[in-house]
Amino acid sequence: MIFSESWLREWVNIPVGTVELAESLTMAGLEVGGRTRVAGEFSGVVVAEVVAVDAHPAAESLYVCEVDDGVSSHRVVCGAPNTRIGLKAPYARVGAGFRQAGEDGEDRETGTADIRGVESSGMLCSAEELGMAESSTGLLELPADAPVGTDIRDYLALDDSSIELDLTPNRGDCLGMLGLARDVGAMMRLNVAAPPDSEPAVTLEDEFPVRISAGKECPRYLGRVIRGIDLDAETPLWMQEKLRRGGLRCIDPVVDVTNFVLLELGQPLHAFDLGKLRQHIDVRLARPGEKLTLLDGKELALQPDTLVIADGAGAVAMAGIMGGMNTAVSERTSDVFLECASFAPFAVAGRARAAGLQTDASQRYERGVDYLLQHRAMARATELLLEIAGGEAGPVTEALGEIPEARQVRLEFASIARVLGVEIPREDVLDILSRLGFAILEESAGYITVEAPSYRYDVAIEADLLEELARIHGYDKLPLAMGLYRQEMGQAPESEIALDRVRDHLVALGYQEVVTYSFIEPGLAGHFSVEAAETVELRNPISRDMSVMRASLMPGLVQTLRYNVNRRQEHLRLFETGLAFGRTSEGFRQQAMLAGLIAGGREPKNWSNSDEIADFFDAKGDLESVFGLGGRISRLRFTAAARPGLHPGQCAEILLDGERAGTVGVLHPALQREFDLPAVILFEVGLDALCRQEVPVAAEPSRFPEVSRDLAIVIGEEFEASDIERTVRDAAGPLLASLRVLDVYRGGAVPAGSKSIALGLTWQHPSRTLGDAEIDQVIGSTIKALQTSFNASLRN
Amino acid sequence: MTDLDELAATSLAAVEESADEKSLETLRVHLLGRKGVLTGHLKNLGALPAEQRPAAGQQINLIKNRLQEAIESRRRALERESLDSRLQAEKIDVTLPGRRRASGGLHPVTITLDRITRIFRAAGYDVAEGPEIEDEYHNFEALNIPENHPARAMHDTFYVDPGTVLRTHTSPVQVHVMEQGEPPFRMVCPGRVYRCDSDLTHTPMFHQVEGLLVDREVSMADMKGTIVSFLRAFFEEALEVRFRPSYFPFTEPSAEVDMTCVACGGKGCRICGHTGWLEVMGCGMVHPRVLEMSGVDSAVYNGFAFGLGVERLAMLRYQVGDLRMFFENDVRFLGQFN
Repeated sequence: MIFSESWLREWVNIPVGTVELAESLTMAGLEVGGRTRVAGEFSGVVVAEVVAVDAHPAAESLYVCEVDDGVSSHRVVCGAPNTRIGLKAPYARVGAGFRQAGEDGEDRETGTADIRGVESSGMLCSAEELGMAESSTGLLELPADAPVGTDIRDYLALDDSSIELDLTPNRGDCLGMLGLARDVGAMMRLNVAAPPDSEPAVTLEDEFPVRISAGKECPRYLGRVIRGIDLDAETPLWMQEKLRRGGLRCIDPVVDVTNFVLLELGQPLHAFDLGKLRQHIDVRLARPGEKLTLLDGKELALQPDTLVIADGAGAVAMAGIMGGMNTAVSERTSDVFLECASFAPFAVAGRARAAGLQTDASQRYERGVDYLLQHRAMARATELLLEIAGGEAGPVTEALGEIPEARQVRLEFASIARVLGVEIPREDVLDILSRLGFAILEESAGYITVEAPSYRYDVAIEADLLEELARIHGYDKLPLAMGLYRQEMGQAPESEIALDRVRDHLVALGYQEVVTYSFIEPGLAGHFSVEAAETVELRNPISRDMSVMRASLMPGLVQTLRYNVNRRQEHLRLFETGLAFGRTSEGFRQQAMLAGLIAGGREPKNWSNSDEIADFFDAKGDLESVFGLGGRISRLRFTAAARPGLHPGQCAEILLDGERAGTVGVLHPALQREFDLPAVILFEVGLDALCRQEVPVAAEPSRFPEVSRDLAIVIGEEFEASDIERTVRDAAGPLLASLRVLDVYRGGAVPAGSKSIALGLTWQHPSRTLGDAEIDQVIGSTIKALQTSFNASLRN
Repeated sequence: MTDLDELAATSLAAVEESADEKSLETLRVHLLGRKGVLTGHLKNLGALPAEQRPAAGQQINLIKNRLQEAIESRRRALERESLDSRLQAEKIDVTLPGRRRASGGLHPVTITLDRITRIFRAAGYDVAEGPEIEDEYHNFEALNIPENHPARAMHDTFYVDPGTVLRTHTSPVQVHVMEQGEPPFRMVCPGRVYRCDSDLTHTPMFHQVEGLLVDREVSMADMKGTIVSFLRAFFEEALEVRFRPSYFPFTEPSAEVDMTCVACGGKGCRICGHTGWLEVMGCGMVHPRVLEMSGVDSAVYNGFAFGLGVERLAMLRYQVGDLRMFFENDVRFLGQFN
């Protein structure tokens, strides 16, 4: 909503300047989004009359005019096509000053010039030259009764601003001067001028029949026939200016008048070409398959919940949104059917947006137009139209649907202090509500009952009245407090590891956290996707690059890695936490995950390292370290696995207590090549598994000596370390305190297809010293078990 | 007797002249060892007349003690010398970089979220999280935003299915919490939210923190006090904060919160659009209908809710000029927060 400040001041005698007014509006919830001056900065320009026009002796396209500025007569050379005797136009006297637009615009002075041999004093001005239009083709034409000699700034009230309000959707009532003035009157406790009360002469008997089939959607519909209007008539300058300052363009008298009433009262109107309407008007819902070509030329297949204005032949307008092309007023129109209706917000809301439209009418209807305003607006528009474009008006034809019931709301005085935290005196409460248009129905010591005005669709309950009171009283006058609330002990569950700890641990291990979009490119997602059917796609993505919900955090990390590798960042450890998505038979999978990657060297090359490339075991080690946070390493297992996107021979599933907890593996060499990346190791684990822990139960450390033995065996390549470890643990008895893989060796004396593994075993008894004999015995059975299970042999 | 004096003098001189610990030890054995010179003199005492023996023995022992002391002190001196030269040889360049993992760091959004939740946790708020694929009921209806409500136009919503959306705000989490628990409630809900909007100042994904306090007798003054003290705690500055009436379907009354521009201190600059104020969050008293729909008796309980944009606070706090930096994940940008 854009409006002329001086127009508002016609309604309310505002005692403060523009800046304070804007501040007051913003602080009362009508946020000022911008202010612009309605004309350029200049002085010394007055109303003048062209009293004589002669051809320029040396130039065909120029005129030599005699101009009367009320003081004396001046000779002015002018090239405007509308230059003519009797024209009243702005005249910049010699010495008039103009400041060019912009922050450091230069000052310029009008003087006397020789224009192709004729001396010209001062200048006749166009709207553009006065900063009132982007461009213009001739002199600004002033009304015939404009008083010659009057300063143009005073005459056109050019010391004015267009103020733009960013209104919230609940305040449709302020989308017109009438409502805006009412609110300003309430916030400043000032009286507001009465709205225009027009009584146009009814000189025709013609009526065009109107009926409402959708009474809930259309509470009221007024129509009127107006015949014999002249569309070539000029809209008066004062109206042009109000429209311009309200952000609207002038089109023709019919459009201008309906737009003017829209700005003035907030009531949209629409004019049909009477000659093109068939039989009658019916306000109804669209029929299946019904189509309508709109004023802007767009053809729409109407949705069945669309409210339309139809005549005998079909839909002629989308109610409250836009008229149809076929019944539009054209240059040849002289008879119109003027519509002024109340449409329920629910019947208009969303329809314009669904059709890709946003019009001044739909903006107002979907927020709510006063359902009692139509007669006033119809009278006002008729009066103005007859005044400007002539013609004769018929009577108003009214059809009624279901008129909403006025809402009654009860306000407990005690609620004010309780909810707002401040006392507002009773008389102020009554004054504020009355100024806003609320009728006081009932008044007692403890409460009042008010009736919400027909233009306040947003007021239904006590909280709404409290907001009105707080808003007008001033939010800034409410005190600051900190309530005393029931305090319960905070919780510190030890069954889970705080995510903060996990993150901090990864940071300490050298990982940089990243945050990537939850939606990714389908191709990239596909490289890592286990089951394509599970993918969650967006129905209205921003772009194909961001069109499927990630089923894994790995692709986003790989993409981030590419971004950074392209910027020469090569040694990276990255991680991210967030949800991964999928479809399941029960609905959506939304699982919190932690994913990470290591790329490039183990560390950036420096004086003390040997520039080793990171491999699987770096990532695995980091994971073990993170799982070590809950003391859970012994419950963790890694088994060889395959997963799309990862190297089939260097990929493991992570099991915690035998349950799947995640994956770790090397990026598939084909993808590595495709993305032009260094070696990458990726991992991803579920946060619920990662953060689960048990409250520790402490045991006393043994005070008796440990016994250690090392064991080197030769074993087939097909056996994994975890198999060996399990067998050794089973055979080495319950007193085995630790088992380490000390070395893995191939080649030399070890036959091909086999490897040598060195194990370090340590035993300890809780309550006595272990004897050599019993250790020899356990070692013996361990060796035996290894021989039996793996055909392993002791290495000498 | 002069023999002994001479022996003492030459021996002492030899001790002082010994160049290293090894030669000193050889000298010690030569003088004081079991077959050493002085031991020999002691053994020879028996050859002296009985009346001379005590005096001679005493003199020999005196010399022995002196020599022992001299050797010991020479040994300490030599040890000190050799340690000194070893230390000299072992000198390292302490200015070489240490052996460490390249340091990682947290994302500024996480850092900001952590600070926000830490501040509220300290005031007794719990932290709750919820799903990001959300049904329309929880994202809209339960928050008093029926279908076709103009407020839905303010949320450019991503749809996954008809009736299923990517949440446009974290407010649905408050609905889940209220549906599942019993008042009073005091909590913040941090998380990712999505809007179908992408330009210089909008990313299709960003982060919000929703806050909710529901109890008996909660007033707007409490809301104002809470938010002002939060902003001052977050920015560690005694900022001016103002509340403007606004509109959110799920609160009534509703307010926008502006604070003094941190860039210009309220004088007006490009960042605050020359107003001196920065819009930082929205808030309001929870709409009774929202309480009722989630099973909270609005005749007994009321409360306030607020929502803030995490990237916005992070940009102001860390002077980040371009929102999109947060999601480009350039490690050179992110590394500044380590």
